[in-house]
This record gives sequence, C-alpha cells and structure tokens, in this order.
Amino acid sequence: MTFKLLENLNKKIIFPLLVLASPLVKADWFALNMTRGITDISNEVFELHMLIFWICVVIGVLVFGVMFYSMWAHTKKKNPVPAKFHENHKLEIAWTIIPFLILIAMAVPASKTLVKIYDDEAGDINIQVTGYQWKWQYRYLEDGVSFFANLSTDLDEIYNLVPKGENYLQEVDEMVVIPAGKKVRFLITANDVIHSWWMPAFAIKQDAIPGFVNTAWTVVDQPGIYRGKCTELCGKNHGFMPIVVKVVEQAEYDEWVFNKKQEAIKLAELTTKEWSTAELNERGEGIYEVNCVACHQTEGQGIAGIFPALAGSEIALNNKEKHIEILMEGVQGAAMNSFDYLSEVELAAVITYTRQAWGNAENGDGEIVIPKDIVDYKEPKI
Amino acid sequence: MSAVIENHHEDHHHGPAKGITRWLYTTNHKDIGTLYLWFSFAMFLIGGAMAMVIRAELFQPGMQIVEPEFYNQMITLHGLIMIFGGVMPAFVGLANWLVPMMIGAPDMALPRMNNLSFWILPFAFFILLSSLFMEGGAPNFGWTFYAPLSTTYAPPSVTFFIFSVHIMGASSIMGAINVVVTIMNMRAPGVGLMKMPLFVWSWLITAYLLIAVMPVLAGAVTMMLMDIHFGTSFFNAAGGGDPVLFQHIFWFFGHPEVYIMILPAFGIVSHIIETFSRKQLFGYSSMVWAMLSIAILSFVVWAHHMFTVGLPLAAEIFFMWATMLIAVPTGVKVFNWVATMFRGSITFETPMLFALAFVVLFTIGGLSGLMLAIVPADFQYHDTYFVVAHFHYVLVPGAIFSIMAAVYYWIPKWTGNMYDERLGKLHFWLSFTGVNVTFFPQHFIGLAGMPRRYPDYALQFADWNMVSSVGAFLFGFSQLLFLFIVLKTVMGGKKATAQVWEGAKGLEWSVASPAPYHTFSTPPKID
Repeated sequence: MTFKLLENLNKKIIFPLLVLASPLVKADWFALNMTRGITDISNEVFELHMLIFWICVVIGVLVFGVMFYSMWAHTKKKNPVPAKFHENHKLEIAWTIIPFLILIAMAVPASKTLVKIYDDEAGDINIQVTGYQWKWQYRYLEDGVSFFANLSTDLDEIYNLVPKGENYLQEVDEMVVIPAGKKVRFLITANDVIHSWWMPAFAIKQDAIPGFVNTAWTVVDQPGIYRGKCTELCGKNHGFMPIVVKVVEQAEYDEWVFNKKQEAIKLAELTTKEWSTAELNERGEGIYEVNCVACHQTEGQGIAGIFPALAGSEIALNNKEKHIEILMEGVQGAAMNSFDYLSEVELAAVITYTRQAWGNAENGDGEIVIPKDIVDYKEPKI
Repeated sequence: MSAVIENHHEDHHHGPAKGITRWLYTTNHKDIGTLYLWFSFAMFLIGGAMAMVIRAELFQPGMQIVEPEFYNQMITLHGLIMIFGGVMPAFVGLANWLVPMMIGAPDMALPRMNNLSFWILPFAFFILLSSLFMEGGAPNFGWTFYAPLSTTYAPPSVTFFIFSVHIMGASSIMGAINVVVTIMNMRAPGVGLMKMPLFVWSWLITAYLLIAVMPVLAGAVTMMLMDIHFGTSFFNAAGGGDPVLFQHIFWFFGHPEVYIMILPAFGIVSHIIETFSRKQLFGYSSMVWAMLSIAILSFVVWAHHMFTVGLPLAAEIFFMWATMLIAVPTGVKVFNWVATMFRGSITFETPMLFALAFVVLFTIGGLSGLMLAIVPADFQYHDTYFVVAHFHYVLVPGAIFSIMAAVYYWIPKWTGNMYDERLGKLHFWLSFTGVNVTFFPQHFIGLAGMPRRYPDYALQFADWNMVSSVGAFLFGFSQLLFLFIVLKTVMGGKKATAQVWEGAKGLEWSVASPAPYHTFSTPPKID
C-alpha cells in the first residue's frame, strides 16, 4: 500500500535528514509521532492515525503545490495581464464531490474501529477507577483489592532542588496490576470534579465524571509497565496525578492479589491496637502529605479565599466531634469532600496530626483521636 | 431613508467633537470601529502577556516561575481575553468601519446602541481582570469552565466571571443585531444581496450565529450562578443534575463561536487575494454558499468536543460524520482562493503576505481538525497539545493574521497614510516565523502524549517545549513592532490615494483617503 511506502520514506529519509539537520541530537527530538500501541485496538487506532495523516499530507501537497506554483509563475512581473476566467461548474462540482468521497473513505474504517471499541461485554477482571483531586482510586470488583495511587515524584524534583528522575511526573506509589491476556474492564467515575483516565498504550481515554460510570476495556498480551495521565483539567494538581499500569503474567497477578489481601488484614488489625499520640502523629503526617497538603498546605495555612487554614482553626483547636464529622461527611458546596474511604487508623492519625501540629496542641485542647472514635462515629445512630 | 439623509445633510461637513467626549458620546461608525480596534489590541497585548507567562513556565520541566494555581488562572484568562476581548471585538471593529462603507450606507442602523455595545465592554474586562486581585484568585477552570470545577470547586471570583460573561454577551448580541439591521435595511440602491462584498456576507452570517448562540452561553453561566448561589443542581450529580449537560450547552454555543471567529476572516482574505491577484474572485456565489453551509453545519457538530465523555456509539458516529462534512465547504473556500490566484497578476504587499499565510496555515489547522474528527484517533489526540496546536493554527495565523491583514489593507483608507511597507514585511516575517516555531512543535508534543493545561511535564517533552517557548517570545515581542507601525501610520507617512491599491474594488475605495467623517450621506450610484 502507498501508505506503507510513505511510512518507509518517512523512516528512511525524512528522519535521518532531521538527525543531520539537528545539531542537538537527543532522543527526545524524535518524540514526533504517536507511539504505536501494544493492543490490537491501539494498533488499529495508530493505523487510522497514520492513514488520515498521510491523506492530509497528500491534500496539503496538492493544494499548496498549485498555490505555490501560482505565487511563483503568476506574479505581476511574469504575468502582467491577469486572466479573466471565473466560475467553472465542472471544476466546482469536482472539488465538492472528490473531497466528499475521500471523507467517506476515511470515515468508514474509523466507524468500524469505533464499533469494536464500543463492545461492552463484561471483562474477566473489572476494576472501578475513581478520580479524586488529585489521585486515582482502584477497586478490583472480583478480587476485593482496593487502593489509591498517588504521584510519587518528590516535591524537591518538581521545584528543581534535586535532579529529576527518569520517570519524573510519571511514577506513582502504587501501580495498577493486571494480568496479561485477560480482558480487563475499567469502570471509570469520579468523586469530585471531572477527570479523564488516559492510557495511550491501550488507546483508552475516558472521562471520569462524578455521578456517572463510563467503561473501557483492554486485552494486553505484552507484560510491562505502561504510563498514562489525567487529561481533563481538574484543578491545581491536574498535571500531577499520573497513571501507571503494570501488566504481569497470571501467576504473578494471583500472588499480588494474595499479598494485597494480607496487607488489608494487617491494616484492619491496627484498629484495635493501643495507639500513643506520637505514633498517631507520625502516621498522620504521612497521610496528611498525601491527602491534605495540596489544599491545606505544608504548614496548615491553607490558601486564602479557597482552602481554609487548619493551623489555628477553631475546629482543629477545640472541636473534636466537628473535626471528625467534616472528614467523614465533607463540607456541602465546598471543595472539601468526605474522606470516609480512608481506614479508621488513617483517619484517626490524620485528625490527631492536624490537632497537634503547627502549635494547634498548645493553642487548643490538644485532644487526640483514636481509631475507636472513628468506629464509634460509624456506628448507626439511633 | 431619504428623510434621514436630508436631516444629516446639514452637518455633513462637521468633523468630530473635540476631546474625550468625542469618544464617549460618539455614534459615528468610524469612531466606534476605531474604539473597538484599539480595545481589542489592548486586550491582545494583555492576553499575550499571559501567554508569555505560560510559555515561560513551560520553557523547562519543573515549576520555576509560577505556582500551578496561578498557572491555571493564566490559561483561563488567556483564553477568555483572546476570544472575547481580542478576536471578537476586532472583527466587530472592522465591521463598524467597513460594512457601512461597503454597502454605501451613511452609518450603522442603530448608532446609539452601537455606542452602548462598545462602552460596556471595558467594564466587562475590568471586572474579569480585577478577579486576579480577589481572595482565592481569578477563575482557574479553563476558558471552557466545565462544571463542577467551575461551580462547587471554583474560587469565589467565579461570580464576577459570570457577570462579566453576561456583559460580553450583551455587547456581542447588540453588535450583531446592529450589523444585521444595517445590512438588511441600509444597502444603497442596487446593492442586492448577491452583490454584497464577501466581507459583508461573512459578517451577516456571523451576526446571525452570534444572535443564535450568545443567549445559550448566557443560559449556561446563569445555570452555574444558580448552582453556586441558589441551591439548584443543574450540573451537580449529587443533586440529580448532570455535569455532562454543561458540556452540551457550552459546546452548542462553543462550536458556532469557533466559526464566529473565522467567518469574517474568510471575507477579509477573499478581498485581499482578489485585490493583489488583480483578478476577479473565482466563485463568488459558491463562496457565499460555502459560508452558509459552514454556519448551518456548525449547529450539529458540537459533541465532537466531547468524544471522551461516554456518548453512545450512535452519537459518536453521527458527530464524526457531521464534523467531517464541514471539510467539504471549507475545502471549497480554499480551492476558490487558489483558483483566484491562478493566472492572476500577483504582488506581495504586506496584507497579501498575511492573507497567503492565512490560506496555508489555516488549511494546516483545518487538516489537523479533520484528523481530530476521527473518533478512535481522537481518543489519543483529545486534550493533548495536538488540540492546542490545532486551534492555535486556526486562531492565530487564522483569525489573528486575517485581522492584521485587514489592518494593513484598510489602514491607508482609515488614516489617509500608507504604512511603512518595509516594516510591515518585517512584522510579517517575524510573526510568520514566530507562529510556526511556537505551534508546529506542539503537534509533536501532543502526539508524543503531553496533555494540555499542564503546568509541568515529563522529561521527554522538554526539547520541543523549549523550542515552542522561544517561538512564542519571538511572536509576542514582534507584536510591539505592529503597535509601532500602526502608530507611525496614524501620525503620518506617504499620503494614500482614494484607490490605494491598484486592484482594489468596492465602494470603500471610491471615497477619499482618509475616509471623511461622514460618507455616503447620499447613496452612491451603483452600475
């Protein structure tokens, strides 16, 4: 096919020319095109992209060719007396019909691929993906595994205090693990604002919309680590909530699920443990840094006008009950959402931390919250 | 109509009032046109300065200059100011100056409303810009202000933003009504609809689009206002509302809005290519029909901005096909321009250079638009820099180049002086280079996978982002040269003849340069 030929031309001639032309040859200068996918669908999408691209190039070359020829040959100097012709019905009909046919030739294969993408049968594995400001939650519906994935790039890298790592802004604290060769279905939604879950290697981009569930599916045969991003503006850390999927063989997947379940059991045991203030503080600080710091800031000072300060806040100082309630229920009509998806231990720790840090312990009642307080809160109230 | 002309005859030779009141109280279409043009240029510089902040932050990976929160305010205000403050008022200014002169009318049909529609605009933008200094900062949800980011999660300044959009909308609707009424009622005898200059046709269609969709925008922001302050849940899923509904309403406004920003450009470019090719436009009536088809189709393609929200398959296919269909009339326009040049007698003055660059670069933007219409491929392009490259190609070397071309083309008629051709060409080449160096690499960045509206990015996007920033600074600073050229032309220069350009045709070239304060107080004779 001519399109293959053109692609070869691109690879064998145009790219090497670019190499010669560029005095600053680095790998990234060649990040010029979409990368070929790793699934059947994403390969088809890539082919469609290249097809439409080359059609556009051909149209461009033809139109600009005639235009540049005119600009060269029909200048006032070379052609002092302009021609008089105008309107030519045959020509006008031709340049209406021919583009129309080209469009149909493109729209048909595109529609076919789309029908395949829209297959909505259940998957072997179904994962609910929920967008939060600014992290993703993954819940494996069959295997009962659930976790959050946060950006793991250090703030110092972002603020240029230390060199940036290889996977700068494309790394998370916990990868989504899926088995190779199985049909995986993602049920995509959001908790606060609209996000969008984009995994280029699978050609999946689905908006995560609060109150709605969108679906997408994939079958990946090739084990590996694949990286994607949030693609719908979702507030200040929109650029800082990447997606990383790790595709592994079935056996490794089973082992991962087993380990995740063990972890969950250990975490549950922590609820009944006796906690000291120092232990809660230490644990709470880590949770604060992952979940709260984006809005309430490192010193609990918040951002005037949008995100209230926690340092010196009346609730954090003297109102333990209200403090728990806000974390459990969120604040109606404001950016503060419910954090009831955190475990009892995590909630107790982070509330304790915010009641102790930044001088709050000295200025207020300094009361701590233990996991049991959260358990009690969750008890049905009669 | 003749009675009106009689009354005006008394003060025919009166010039404008003196001092500031000339501008505050004016009902003269030329004065109001000038006000609109200067206002839009001021907004272009402010919106441009914001673009410079954006590109400076993106010059390197990492956060250097601004915080993500402020970055989001910059992208939001940049978009709003360039669209509602830069491009739209510039076209209204051109319509004010040119439509009455092109159809042989003494002024706009509704001169007092004309004054009002301009003078509320500075207030709208004062309110919008003042939000930068409010607690919580300026709107930070992107110029498309998707709910619920723009409602429940918005900074308090969103209410001022809503009020400001209402004022802009009122101004646009008044301006559009004025254009329609003028064109429908005040054409000189003999100027039939199919004899109107294409710029007039393009504005007639644009005005109808504005009247159709600005109220939709007003509805969208009013629903936001209700959600924020009065407890409704139009866009709040928790209250039974639908965040996607917002996008449907917004893009039902938004897509025709895109053509509002390009149809007048089609008109301008047609005139300029005809003039400097010294040859009649190839197909006048097919150009008119193409614009009408584009305008009508613009109402049935809005969901192509929303291919990833989870529309049903049938909707995706319908909107894909409908969108691709727009390429047909758009192609007709491009082919017409090329056919007009073919075997013409071409010269390359500054307006022609801008018009030719328009044809080439707008076509590139149109072709990438065609790529974006392919739904499965759009799943990869959507909300990446590929989209940013696409719409900047149609808006900057598209809409904005056409405005610059128009200024160079008609400024001798406005001021009576020729601009400095050498500087004009320099301005063109700097802008042309700047635009391409800025936006062409954004295609690469987008295809390689960088999402739009990101204040920071992964390392593989670093090189082309740096190139893009360098281009942006070049383009940005070149516009100060444009300001200088315009000021120099206003102050003086070689005197222009009434005809100005050898190949120019149309009624505006039959009056003296500069155009007298009142033109066509008696209707011209049309052969």
